[in-house]
Amino acid sequence: MNKPVAERYPLAFRLYPYAQSPDQSAQAPVRHPVIVVGGGPVGLATGLDLGTRGIPVLVLDDQEGAGLGSRAICFAKRTLEICDRLGAGAAMLEKGVQWNIGKVFHDDRLLYEFNLLPEDGHAYPAFINLQQPLFEKFLHEAIVRAQAVGAPIEIRGFNRVDAVERHDDHVALDVMTPDGPYRLEADWLVACDGAKSPLRNKLGLGFDGRVFEDNFLIADVKMKADFPTERWFWFEPHFKSGDSALLHKQPDDIWRIDFQLGWNIDRQKELQPENIRARVSAMLGPDVEYELDWCSIYTFQCRRMEKFRHGPVLFAGDSAHQVSPFGARGANSGIQDADNLAWKLAMVIKGLAPEALLDTYDQERVYGADQNIANSTRATDFITPKSAMSKLFRNAVLDLAETVPFARTIVNSGRLSLPCTYDGSPLNGPDCQGLPFRTRPGSPCPDAPVGKDWLLRLIGGDLTLLAIDTDMPEGFAAHGISPKQLRLSSQSNPALCERYLGEAKSAVYLIRPDQHVAARFDRFDADAIAAALARVLAKD
Amino acid sequence: MLEMKPNFNRPDETYAMLIKAHEGLSEDESHAMNARLILILMNQIGDHETIRKALDLAAAVNRKS
Ligand SMILES: Cc1cc2nc3c(=O)[nH]c(=O)nc-3n(C[C@H](O)[C@H](O)[C@H](O)COP(=O)(O)OP(=O)(O)OC[C@H]3O[C@@H](n4cnc5c(N)ncnc54)[C@H](O)[C@@H]3O)c2cc1C
Repeated sequence: MNKPVAERYPLAFRLYPYAQSPDQSAQAPVRHPVIVVGGGPVGLATGLDLGTRGIPVLVLDDQEGAGLGSRAICFAKRTLEICDRLGAGAAMLEKGVQWNIGKVFHDDRLLYEFNLLPEDGHAYPAFINLQQPLFEKFLHEAIVRAQAVGAPIEIRGFNRVDAVERHDDHVALDVMTPDGPYRLEADWLVACDGAKSPLRNKLGLGFDGRVFEDNFLIADVKMKADFPTERWFWFEPHFKSGDSALLHKQPDDIWRIDFQLGWNIDRQKELQPENIRARVSAMLGPDVEYELDWCSIYTFQCRRMEKFRHGPVLFAGDSAHQVSPFGARGANSGIQDADNLAWKLAMVIKGLAPEALLDTYDQERVYGADQNIANSTRATDFITPKSAMSKLFRNAVLDLAETVPFARTIVNSGRLSLPCTYDGSPLNGPDCQGLPFRTRPGSPCPDAPVGKDWLLRLIGGDLTLLAIDTDMPEGFAAHGISPKQLRLSSQSNPALCERYLGEAKSAVYLIRPDQHVAARFDRFDADAIAAALARVLAKD
Repeated sequence: MLEMKPNFNRPDETYAMLIKAHEGLSEDESHAMNARLILILMNQIGDHETIRKALDLAAAVNRKS
């Protein structure tokens, strides 16, 4: 239990080196409003979001920075938009590799090609590829910038949580450091400690789901090859390096290669560099020179906790739910957890909303997790069929796909992550007929250009009233909140018009601090908006 | 809506055509062709609920036998 703190894996970036805190020599355990356990993508985003909302937050991680292993590489538009709000999106976009074309092969035949065909009028593309350690580094840089202008965020590296006691209104933690153990208390604890979540285990909470009996070898290789910046996926590839294979570009001449190895393998043997090189060379051809940058073998599971809120303890990211990597939904959905949780927790801590608001974090993100699990389970079943019959149908689909267009819609090498629309959420207020379906209550606001700026930047992280082509009195306030007010014209703004007005002449949107639509009306109506605001705060 | 009443315009000939299509195929080849055929017909129907009813019906009849 009380083994010393040590490096568990080599670091790509040492972001938050250990430094002794006065808390360690305090007489009695120091109580913090919020402690986040885990400084992975989700913990960093949660800390940053809370801190920029003025909530003092302490992030504890048992390492000192981002691990060397790349893991996540595909980051979706919604993730980038959230990171933009948090001050990290621009750096990610600049470094990341943009791609739109995907090709799907069976054996040695190209079955078809798809184009993500990004819609115009968005600040961010559909996807970028970026190594996870860089993603974490950019979040950390945004934290440092936020700290410099007063955001009350503290990160303590080499602070490992070894025990947790849950009380009705707080938690107590045993923390291990290089200088020995100390105790801390928190009104709220956000567990972002990853798929193996020690906190979840220590609280005796379950994590049920499905294990997929397959092993995947990832090899990130460095090469100066002139393969195009496209996602290439093979079913039963002719080069025989695996039952399926993936090739995808990352920044700095790194390429992600994935091979499906099957269930009964000798892991140690497969991880020997010469065996990895044999597979990679068979795929790339004999003349391509490359170096192995990072390799790993992983298996996967699709599962979630039954509830993400347990009194003062909230689970977010991989600790709460785990999916197979097909469709890039792990980190992307974890960032949406942070986005959903931070404003709610901030409202509760500031006394603007009752604790019931936090139960809607559980409801909305369990709903999101179920969508992600369903999508990645289907993709995994297609890529690694579980029975002879399933494989027969899979291959029938592939055989048809080359010549018959309909079959391509069933080919599933991962349905790439889309943001969750919280249909049926208790926070959703009234909808208004005639307005576009895609911006119905519960949906994430689609971006749109506004002059030289972007709609999502104007909304930022505030509860917002957006009036389009209609008046709205200044200074509206209800339930202790005066929402930010945006007045826009749809004239010569076809994107705004199509996304927010449709056939209607005017609209007023009430938008949550996570940029999801809460309610919408054809014009400003103070009573109706006050009622919708009460609902957003879980006060009705 | 799943069609339960006869809908073939040339039932005997259509059925014979199905059987004939499998002539000379190995069992594996036949299974593969059936799988392709099912997918093509499912797409022809298209509607998720109708296909669900067809699957339910196929499964229910099997249990009785
Ligand atoms: C091969 C692979 C490919 C992937 N590709 C993608 C992709 O393309 N897109 C995508 O979105 N996702 C992808 N994922 C998933 C993604 O990597 C995870 O979803 C993501 O890392 C989850 O972030 P997290 O912050 O929840 O957890 P983690 O990143 O696991 O972070 C948990 C943190 O908690 C710390 N910690 C653990 N225990 C303690 C303790 N007791 N005390 C203090 N700190 C502790 C750890 O050191 C760590 O820093 C992929 C995963 C794999 C394996």
